Amino acid sequence: MKNIVELKDVSKLYDETVALGGIDLVIKKNEFVTLLGPSGCGKTTTLRLIGGFEQPTTGSIFFDDVDITNVPPHKRKVNTVFQRYALFSHLNVFENVAFGLRIKKLSENAIVEKVDKMLSLVNLSGFEKRDINSLSGGQQQRVAIARALVNEPEVLLLDEPLAALDLKLRREMQHELKNMQQQLGITFVFVTHDQEEALSMSDTVVVMQDGEIQQIGSPVDIYNEPINSFVADFIGESNIVDGIMLEDRLVDFAGSRFECVDSGFGKNELVDVVIRPEDLVLIPAEKAKLTGVVRSVNFLGVHYEMIIEAKDGARWLVHSTIMEPVGTEVGLGLEPMDIHIMKKVG
Amino acid sequence: MRRQSMMPYLAWMLLFIIVPLLLVVYYAFTIPSETGNVWSLENFTRFFEPIYLKVLWRSVYLAVLSTMICLLLGYPAAMIMVGNAFTRKSALMLLFVVPMWMNFLLRTYAWLTLLERNGFINVLLSALRLPRLNILYTNSAVILGMVYNFLPFMVLPIYSVLSKIDKDVIEAAGDLGANSLKVFMKVVFPLSLPGVVSGITMVFMPALTTFVISRLLGGGQFTLVGNLIEQQFLVVGDWGFGSAISVIMILLILLSMAIMSFFEGEESEVAPW
Ligand SMILES: Nc1ncnc2c1ncn2[C@@H]1O[C@H](COP(=O)(O)OP(=O)(O)OP(=O)(O)O)[C@@H](O)[C@H]1O
Ligand SMILES: [Mg+2]
Repeated sequence: MKNIVELKDVSKLYDETVALGGIDLVIKKNEFVTLLGPSGCGKTTTLRLIGGFEQPTTGSIFFDDVDITNVPPHKRKVNTVFQRYALFSHLNVFENVAFGLRIKKLSENAIVEKVDKMLSLVNLSGFEKRDINSLSGGQQQRVAIARALVNEPEVLLLDEPLAALDLKLRREMQHELKNMQQQLGITFVFVTHDQEEALSMSDTVVVMQDGEIQQIGSPVDIYNEPINSFVADFIGESNIVDGIMLEDRLVDFAGSRFECVDSGFGKNELVDVVIRPEDLVLIPAEKAKLTGVVRSVNFLGVHYEMIIEAKDGARWLVHSTIMEPVGTEVGLGLEPMDIHIMKKVG
Repeated sequence: MRRQSMMPYLAWMLLFIIVPLLLVVYYAFTIPSETGNVWSLENFTRFFEPIYLKVLWRSVYLAVLSTMICLLLGYPAAMIMVGNAFTRKSALMLLFVVPMWMNFLLRTYAWLTLLERNGFINVLLSALRLPRLNILYTNSAVILGMVYNFLPFMVLPIYSVLSKIDKDVIEAAGDLGANSLKVFMKVVFPLSLPGVVSGITMVFMPALTTFVISRLLGGGQFTLVGNLIEQQFLVVGDWGFGSAISVIMILLILLSMAIMSFFEGEESEVAPW
């Protein structure tokens, strides 16, 4: 697939704050890209640079291989769903959605047709005449999505567009957005700090921290092969402990030696050992290298979440469909391939 | 509790607003006769003589004109104030607010000396070999005085509405393809209408009823309704006629307020500010 948006060594400084520290990012046509990261990591800034609302301090931005760094927003073939909706409170729902079409001077018939179609797509048929301020947060959010999407942009930027929705509607909208993206063939750049949302919707996930890109990859890659303990911790829950790489495929942590599948580290190098809670299996204590006492049990619907405290004080997070009562001594089993070894960051 | 705390306020209203108003209405609808005051509409019918209608017309005309000038000057000024960096913004704000701290009469007298035949402006103009400006005691001077005195009342409400418009909304309009002109026409201006309406109201009313500005800068030959009322009470002593004109003015003002609040109400339904 062709590249549609490209950021080359783009940085953004606000006075002394480094919002973005020189990132490179390539977005392909029809791709669903998600920017994922904790609050303040530069997600909105990245979107604003692509939308044209901010100028990069250094670097350039390309659209279809044309440098658009200095092109104003209204001339970019990009539309945005703003983090705080930014709806026009002096216009009703219909006119909000029709705004971009009116600017393009479409015929009244075409406008009515497109707006109606879009409103039914976001489940807001019958709301045409309603005042923006009379809508709930979730309804406003859907108006914002419709207002941007109705213009059929080549690239749609979405800044946490589902944050105000309840879980059920959120799931529905995730589904809808994904469908629309595939049907309309629009490139989506989607911002969220909900890792589950990122993993379930995206073709590509970009994990960011402190204005830097930590990892770019498919959801499966990011989940299974996190590049460092930050990514591992941010994508899904993780147990992260200090370890020593004794030799290739042999690591020492939690007072024992474990076989693993990673190699290429220095001899006796200090590393982060990352283990997903669902990879830890409850086994009888006498059969296990890793043992501890159950400290808490939480039922989460599909599985139990337990905290097992080892003798060395480490607390292991375990997800399991079976449970042991609090106070029981248990062993934790794990397979070599479930032990992820990562270079220490910083 | 609540009732009690309202009491002084109500008493105040009664004493200084309701009672005088009732007195004005009473005088307006009565004329003196040998048997004391009798009910009559004579005071009102008198107002519809051409000479007085002309005064009313001139007042409305000058008030509308100066309100429009205030709007044309005030809107851009408010936009500049909103758009600028903090330091310049507050400097500009001071420029508008400081004259308001000075007495209204003094400000107007100042213009009298500035505009005089041998006043500051003409001295300056002739020093620059430019033609003299002889607008004192003309409509122009009255309008100048009104615009000068009432401009802040236009700028401040517009400024306060403009400064509350979310930057995101303006960006969203640009994002949807609107250039700066369209952003202004389709978003900024409609959103600022409540401020414009209250600015117009706050300038038009005092402009319609002023008598100081027209007396000082209009030199008395340009009588406005305000002067007419003042004359009836203080010079002629015809309280009945003076009251009748006042009642007519109150009705006119109520009418224009109703028209304005219709616009404002329509706006504020969709714009909470
Ligand atoms: N206009 C601005 N002026 C100064 N600093 C800014 C500005 N905009 C953003 N920043 C800073 O840049 C950094 C990145 O901000 P950004 O809004 O991109 O974060 P984000 O990832 O979108 O966070 P969130 O998830 O909370 O929306 C933050 O430290 C923020 O304080
Ligand atoms: Mg953000």
